[in-house]
Amino acid sequence: MKKLKGILFFSLALMMMIALLPGCGSGEKVVVYNWGDYIDPDVIDMFEEETGIEVVYEMYETNEAMYTKLKNSNNNYDVIIPSDYMIERLIKEGELEEINFKNVPNFEANIDKEYKNPAFDPENKYSVPYTWGTLGILYNTKKVKETPDSWGVFWNSKYKGRIIMMNSQRDAIGMALKYMGKSLNETDRGALDAAKNKLIEMTPLASGWYVDEVKDKMIGGEADLALVYAGDAVYCISQNKDLAYAIPKEGTNIFYDSMCIPKGAKNKENAEKFIDFMCRPDIQAKNAEYIGYSSPSTPARELMGDAGKDPTAYPDITKYDLEFFSALDDGTKEYYNKIWTEIRSSR
Amino acid sequence: MKKTICMIPLYVWTLVFILVPLAIVIYYAFISDPHGDASFSLDGFRDFFSNPVFAEVLLRSLKIAFISTLVCILLGYPAAYFLARSKSRFKFVVIILMLLPMWINFLIRTYSWLSLLEKTGLISTLLTYMGFGPVDFTGTEFAVILVSVYDFLPFMIMPIYITLLKLDQSHLDAAADLGANPAKVFFKITLPFSVPGILSGVAMVFVPSVTTFAISQTVGNGKFPLIGDLIQEQYMVVSNWQFGGAISIVTMAVVLLLMYFINRTDSDENGGGILQ
Repeated sequence: MKKLKGILFFSLALMMMIALLPGCGSGEKVVVYNWGDYIDPDVIDMFEEETGIEVVYEMYETNEAMYTKLKNSNNNYDVIIPSDYMIERLIKEGELEEINFKNVPNFEANIDKEYKNPAFDPENKYSVPYTWGTLGILYNTKKVKETPDSWGVFWNSKYKGRIIMMNSQRDAIGMALKYMGKSLNETDRGALDAAKNKLIEMTPLASGWYVDEVKDKMIGGEADLALVYAGDAVYCISQNKDLAYAIPKEGTNIFYDSMCIPKGAKNKENAEKFIDFMCRPDIQAKNAEYIGYSSPSTPARELMGDAGKDPTAYPDITKYDLEFFSALDDGTKEYYNKIWTEIRSSR
Repeated sequence: MKKTICMIPLYVWTLVFILVPLAIVIYYAFISDPHGDASFSLDGFRDFFSNPVFAEVLLRSLKIAFISTLVCILLGYPAAYFLARSKSRFKFVVIILMLLPMWINFLIRTYSWLSLLEKTGLISTLLTYMGFGPVDFTGTEFAVILVSVYDFLPFMIMPIYITLLKLDQSHLDAAADLGANPAKVFFKITLPFSVPGILSGVAMVFVPSVTTFAISQTVGNGKFPLIGDLIQEQYMVVSNWQFGGAISIVTMAVVLLLMYFINRTDSDENGGGILQ
């Protein structure tokens, strides 16, 4: 018995040591948790050089993956960059800190009015827009002769094995809902089941399900059609001139990805410095040019020249039926999870 | 007393990295709403058995793991046999070359296969040059099995090789002297002697290839959902730990049962399998 106690004590001590490890190290730092492939690495270096604050940078692939990691972390993150509907959910759950906008003067000065006070954060207390964009179809003009102006192209057996679907719950299900003339935020179980069946029906036509890898595949000509965010389309088109981007007539999603500070962040002031830095026109422009996503800042776009007027990144949004994702109630969210698991388990 | 002290690291390791995580998985599998009232529930298991698609995913994983293991035995046994029998000075070079890829990270090795197998990849380009291409090998069962075999083959060769090293040459000589032809010597002496090695190899190849998820997500193009993908998604994306835990337990139970039967068929004659 004594032996067992000793073992227990030792292992507890070991676990405590492991838990303390991330707290080590000296000096100022800020822990940024962002999407994969979603920042110009030079910008991080510039921030570190100007402020002397060390940036610890981590990445995720989808809003849902970020949420799970955030919920199970021990206040490890200082800046996160989720999308609109995820911000709405985090605000509802009390998971975000109010930003002290006195420390973020560049927000007031440089971010365009139409990107302030969005529906998911109506008083603009918790979020600062990082980029925005649309969801659409990236296609290879050499292989797809007609402009894919309908989501129906993903169900066209002519393109069997040439289609890349997005391995992201809301985007894939939302696309199927839009195709059926429903809302992106459908809660009706019947409509969701129909969307599920639509996607299962499409699965044999898909060459693969990806998030970040879609760029390499499309640039390399591994597939002809893909469901992508406009920002990724901008990057792909810059690398392969045969590619083009289309927004289907059934309408699509418009999204904002905004910088937020999670509740209990250990380096809140540094987080605000980082957010402010990212709103500076020169930094916004440099970053937007690198990642391809659309900047919410006119002063930045002016610095970007032609890239600031690219219709893929900056479409005339009055021409399309664009809808935001909104946060789902718990029951519907679970239903989304259920049908998503069924979709991804079928082939 | 000294022996007990030496064993402490092993006990601690087992406790912290095997028993505690296992307990956590089991706890979440049987608890609904862990952040709320945390009551006992079998919903995770009910979900698993309520839709045949999940059992299908498990069966697909078992099938792929079974084929990969079989191919590993067919390729690995002769390799281990000739290595063990060989007196060549270059034997250790061959062994090093075989183990060399294992020093590279598993994910990098798996990703590298993409550049070989995809439509614009090396193999397809060569085939196109010869007038057969282009061929896209990714997103097929073949690709998943091929890369599983590649990743796990050394784990089959090494235990068989080590078992065969212990085989005393005099046994073989004696059998030959008593009139057994080489085939008979092999089937009557060498093969039975090496069964424990094969069983260890099977355990080290079959179990990880049932639960792999990186391989199906890369060369399988993410459209080849295996049980590992399903579990990973429940924990990392959907955050349904109850369902994830339930799938893990069902998978563990099936694999343990299979390993038990594989080991039992042999236990009458030999000992030394990894689960005995």
